[in-house]
Amino acid sequence: MIRLESDVLVIGSGGAGIFAAIAAARDGCRVQLIDRSLIGRGGATVMAQMTVAVALGEQCPDHWEYHLADTLKAGRGLCSAPLSQLLCENGPLRIRELDAWKVGWAREDGHLKQALAPGHDRARCVYVDFLNTGPAVSRTLRAQLNRIPAIRRIGDVLITDIVVHEGEAVGAVGLHLVSGETVALEAKSVIIATGGLTRLYRRNSGSQNMGGDGYALALRAGAELIDMEFVQFFPIGHLAPRMIGMDPIMWDPFRYKLGGRLLNAEGEEFADRYGQAESGDYVLTRDVATYAIFKEVEAGRGSPAGGAYLSFQHVPEADLRHAFGPVIDRLAKNGIDLTKMPVEVAPIAHYHMGGVRVNASMETRVPNLFAAGEAVGGANGANRLSGNALTEAFVFGERAGSVAAARAKSRVASGWNDQAAMRDLDILEARGNGAEAPYNTAALVVELQALMADKVGPFRTETKLLEALRRLEQMQREIGAAPPRGGKHYNMMRLDWLDLRNMLLVAHSVVLAAIERKESRGAHQREDYPGMLPEWELNQVLSLREGKLGLTRARPAAPAKAAR
Amino acid sequence: MSKQIARLHIQRGDSGAPRVETYEVAFEPGNSVLDGLRRIRTAQDPTLAFRFSCINANACKECMIELDGKVVYACTERLREGDMHLAPLANKALVQDLVTEIAPRDERLLP
Repeated sequence: MIRLESDVLVIGSGGAGIFAAIAAARDGCRVQLIDRSLIGRGGATVMAQMTVAVALGEQCPDHWEYHLADTLKAGRGLCSAPLSQLLCENGPLRIRELDAWKVGWAREDGHLKQALAPGHDRARCVYVDFLNTGPAVSRTLRAQLNRIPAIRRIGDVLITDIVVHEGEAVGAVGLHLVSGETVALEAKSVIIATGGLTRLYRRNSGSQNMGGDGYALALRAGAELIDMEFVQFFPIGHLAPRMIGMDPIMWDPFRYKLGGRLLNAEGEEFADRYGQAESGDYVLTRDVATYAIFKEVEAGRGSPAGGAYLSFQHVPEADLRHAFGPVIDRLAKNGIDLTKMPVEVAPIAHYHMGGVRVNASMETRVPNLFAAGEAVGGANGANRLSGNALTEAFVFGERAGSVAAARAKSRVASGWNDQAAMRDLDILEARGNGAEAPYNTAALVVELQALMADKVGPFRTETKLLEALRRLEQMQREIGAAPPRGGKHYNMMRLDWLDLRNMLLVAHSVVLAAIERKESRGAHQREDYPGMLPEWELNQVLSLREGKLGLTRARPAAPAKAAR
Repeated sequence: MSKQIARLHIQRGDSGAPRVETYEVAFEPGNSVLDGLRRIRTAQDPTLAFRFSCINANACKECMIELDGKVVYACTERLREGDMHLAPLANKALVQDLVTEIAPRDERLLP
């Protein structure tokens, strides 16, 4: 076993984790920043294509209270308002900070350029051209990170459990994938910044490492999850023709800049049939667009691959090139010429509104255990506005890092306990009954993704959800209580098993919350319970009690101050 | 669209005794080498080790390998009919199969 020790342990090195590490080090703490793959390469941040919503007032007058009003409206009454407020109020600080670090936000006429995104009342979203927001942010954050000696960066370590002793978080345990050694990480405070759960779905826009790790870690540590039924589908994820070397959510920036027409198989624009007229501007919110595409496909008016057409054929070639320069060449390599053909798009799992329940200091109900970024639930309620995800990562990361640092400094020792850690390490030391796994672990992951896509997508019924629940329970039995045997170095089946352990628990949380919410709201649409009901203006909260998931309900946290 | 077959000869094992195993992968035009590797894991051999994070978006840059002696990203190379030879990066320490130590030295647990 390899032992490590720090003041603040940060799990996950996307935007939230890096901001947390920087903030904690700035406040004088020794930090360990851990990632299951490489530092600053995985997660969702690097995949972000364009927009970061923030009330800077550079493009037109704005105030964070207007941003908050839009966020709360999109959240359909379920936002934890103090979290939403923090996101909107502190967003400008973090964006200016990144600007000072030379991230390269797009500029025009001497000011930062801000785009109008669906659901926002004005032009509010900054970005880096061309489709480069995520890579530029990741590169900039890594450069800052590398300058700070108080932060130790460690990749290839999969955290498998938070260690809790006498009710408080005291560190974590995990597996070093390269050597196969177990790792014990003692810390005075711990921050979960592992992102969302998009990997639970067959078609998704996230990274491979976003299988809901942090949600499972939090549950097993005794923390609560909130709003787990609200999985956001990105309506126009790329579907066909096959495109590689590009992100499937790249069409959104195209629509911000160039409009683009969403068409059914009959060549008709259809989105206005579902309650929102699409004019020249791109204003269709994500939940409505997802619904419209599903319904067209269901009515037999889908594209050949089972989605809708997105056409830019009416846009002159010079305009395409001006707006997206080098991207047009990458499309050409994939055989896609937008002046001659539409592409096919369909909803794709993109983001999770739900997550770890925290207070406005980002702390869970387990003392010394914090969460940040997409791992946190509540700020976006039942539906997230475009552009709020990166803002959330930066703002919550910084806040969690700074509060966790203050906590660490207030504690004399971590309270680490070897027995508590050993209990958590049992699963890694266990070698089952010595047999090879009787199943293909990778195929089981794929089966789980298909199950979630087919039965727990954006449109749900009790019948489908119950089928999903039964199969999840079977799969849980199939994987048993310990990982399969195998080699030490980068053992993929062991990794799959540990992922399945988390993914099944998290999938179960989503399904349970979805079964219980007997209405339709935002990203959770029940075909057997259409319509949003005032009595359901409630958050559902999940926790583990003696190994079983339990659910309670609570009124959404009220705003600290009324929004305009 | 008719399926084509790529024959992937992949270097397996750790630095002790590497060997080559051959897998036949059916594919449709446009599929990436990474698609092929993932398909081998789910349909034939779940022990095959390779790195990737972002799934064909070429954002994470983790899937670097050698294909027919040339350094490539598995996610931006396409499968083609016939023989393809896959090996780990020759200038990095071998961990297992196609996985090498690609992290900067100061970002490793055991430097």
